[in-house]
Amino acid sequence: MKKGITTISPAFEDIMPEEYRQLVAEGPFGKDLGLGDLGTFKELIEEHPLCAGCGLALGIRLIIASLPAPENTIVVGTTGCSAILFPQLAMHNIHSLFGNQSAIATGLSRALRLRYPDQPKDVVVIAGDGGIGDIGFSFTMQAWFRNEKFTTIMLDNEGYSNTGGQESGMTRQGIALNMAPTGKKYPKLPMVELAKTAGCAYVAAVNPSLARRLGKMVRRAVLVAREIGSTYIQVMVPCPTNYKFSPSETLKQAKALNPQPIEYISAEAEQLLKEAEK
Amino acid sequence: MVERKIVDPEYLLHKAPREKKFLIGNEAVAEAVRRANIDIVVAYPITPQSEATHIVGDLYAQGYIKDYYRGEDEFAVMSAIAGASMGGARTFTATSGPGTLRAFEMFPTWAGARLPVVCAFMCRGVNSPLSIQPDNIEIGWLMDTGMLIFHAEDPQDFFDMTLIAYLVAEQPDVHLPVGVCVDGFFVTHTREIVELPPENEIFPPYNPHLSPVPIMDMETPPIRQMRDPFVMKSNYISYNTHASWQQEVRAASIRARKHITRYLGSAVEVTYPEANILLIASGTAAAQARVAMEQARQEGVDVGLVKIKVLRPFPEAEIIELAQSPERIIVPEHNITGWLAREIKSRIKDSGKVEGGPRVFGGMTMPPKIIFDKIKQNGRMM
Repeated sequence: MKKGITTISPAFEDIMPEEYRQLVAEGPFGKDLGLGDLGTFKELIEEHPLCAGCGLALGIRLIIASLPAPENTIVVGTTGCSAILFPQLAMHNIHSLFGNQSAIATGLSRALRLRYPDQPKDVVVIAGDGGIGDIGFSFTMQAWFRNEKFTTIMLDNEGYSNTGGQESGMTRQGIALNMAPTGKKYPKLPMVELAKTAGCAYVAAVNPSLARRLGKMVRRAVLVAREIGSTYIQVMVPCPTNYKFSPSETLKQAKALNPQPIEYISAEAEQLLKEAEK
Repeated sequence: MVERKIVDPEYLLHKAPREKKFLIGNEAVAEAVRRANIDIVVAYPITPQSEATHIVGDLYAQGYIKDYYRGEDEFAVMSAIAGASMGGARTFTATSGPGTLRAFEMFPTWAGARLPVVCAFMCRGVNSPLSIQPDNIEIGWLMDTGMLIFHAEDPQDFFDMTLIAYLVAEQPDVHLPVGVCVDGFFVTHTREIVELPPENEIFPPYNPHLSPVPIMDMETPPIRQMRDPFVMKSNYISYNTHASWQQEVRAASIRARKHITRYLGSAVEVTYPEANILLIASGTAAAQARVAMEQARQEGVDVGLVKIKVLRPFPEAEIIELAQSPERIIVPEHNITGWLAREIKSRIKDSGKVEGGPRVFGGMTMPPKIIFDKIKQNGRMM
C-alpha cells in the first residue's frame, strides 16, 4: 500500500466514521506490529456478528493481528461463519463462492506478482474446515501440488456451523451431528499429513490458547509462502453453538482437542526463517 | 517473439493493413489473443476447444503472454480467472459444453463482481448421452448470467469479436464479462480465409485503475464493506442492495450497446429487410441460412436474412422493427431448445408469424436444403 492512501481528505474528515478515523490514526498499517501489541493499536476487525464464545472469532482476531504486512495482504475467504465476519475486516478480502478459495487465490497471487514484482503482496486463504476439507478439497490439494505461493489457514470447528451444525470431513468419528444422525462413520481428515505429502514447505497445527505460538506460526507461514511456496496452518476453533458446550469453555475444549502444537518446516523454509528471524 | 508495438485499438481493428491467412477457428481466436496484450491465461482440456489454448500456450512459451497454466477443472479455471481479474490482470480462457456447465456457478459471479473477463465458448453437445459434437444449447443458458454474449459465424468473426470483446468489457461504464461463442467444429475446426492485421501490433495493456469496483491489491483504502453482512439480515435494505446490484449489472449491459456499435458496427447484419419471409439466425445457422436464402431468391421467393451477432444485450429494438413487415419469420438453430426463437417470440407483437426451426442438434449438420424447404413451405402458407 502506497503511503498516505488511507489519509482522509480534510474536507471529509468530519463525516468519516469514527472507526475509520481511528484506523488512520492508530491502525497497524506499515507499523510492524504483532500479537504482543494487541490493545495498543486499532485492530482491523471492528466488532463481529458471530456467536458468544465463538472459537473462530478469536482465531481470526489473532491471525489478523499476526500478519507480517497487513497493508499488503489480501484475504481470500469462502462461505461459512468466517464469511460473516470478513465484511467487517478493514483489508481487501474476497468472498467468491463456496469451495473455490484456493483457485481464486491462485489467480490473485499470480496477478499480483505480475503487477507488483518489487512489492510483496501476501495472499492468505482463511476458511473453514468444510470449505477447505470437503467442498474445496480438490482446489486446496491442487494448489499445494502446484506449490502456489499463498498461505492456507483452516479454522477447524469440526463441522458446518453457519448452516446449522452438520457433520464435515473434519468431524471426529462417532460424533452425531446433523446429516450424521447415527454418528460420523469415518475418521477426521488427516489434513496436516496431506499438506506435508502435497509438498507444503511449512505446515502447522495449533489451538488459540497458545496465542503467541499461533502468532509466530502465522508470521512464518506468510513469509515462507511469499518466498518459497504453499503453506498450511490448521487452527482448532471449537463451536459452542453446535457442539452444545458453554461459551466460556471454548478454550478448554480447544486445548483438549489439540493439546500439542505441530510444526513442520522444510529444509529450505528453515533456512529462510533462520535469516528472517535473526 | 517478434518485437511488438502498442497501437490504438481502433486502428488495429479498422485501419491496420490486413493480410489473408487460411485458418481454422481455433487458430483465429489464438491470433486475437496474440494481439490482445493478455497477462494471464488458464486452460483446461476439452474438445473442441483444446487446440485454441494449446496455441495460446505456445504464445506464452514465446513470451506473448505473461503467465499460463493448466487448471484442475473448469470451475477452478473460471475461479482462477476471477482471482486474476480481481487482482487487476487481463485474462483469457476458453471452454466447451460440459466444461461450461461444470464452471457455471462462476459466470453470474464474474458479472456480479464486474470482472471484464473474456471467455471463448466453443459450443458442443452436453450429456447424456455423451457427445463431443457441435450443438449450441449452452448459449441459451449463458444468456441469463449477466454476461455479454457474442455469437461468431466464422473464424473471421471469431478473431474480430474476441478483440472487440476486450474493448467493450473494459469500458468503465460496462466492466462486464464477455462470452464469445462459436459453434464447435463448424468454426473451430474449419479452415477459411481470415484477414489479420500485423502480428507485431498489439492492444495497450489493461488499465485496472479504470475499474468501477476496487481492485483487490490493497492499493485503495480498505474500507469495511458493511457493519452487518447482508447475508445475515432479513430486511428491506439487504434485499434492496442485492436487487439493485443485479439491476446495475443489467444496466451496464445496456450501456455496452454504444460501445458495441462503435467497434462492431451493428448487433445485427441485415440482407433484404423488406422481404416477405425473413430468416433470423446466429452463428453457423446464419451461414447456412444465407445459402438457402440465395437459392430461394433464385427461384423467385422473396426472402431476407437477419444475422444476430450480439445476443446479450439482445438487439431488441432492431428485431421489433425488422419483424414488422415480413409475413413469416423462420429461425433455424443448432440446438433442441430453440433459445433464439424464444428470444424473438417473447419480444415481438405478432409472435404467431415466427416459425421456430429447422433445428438440428446432437452433432448434426444443417444442410441449407432443410432451411430452403422450410422457406418454400412458408411461402405456400402465405
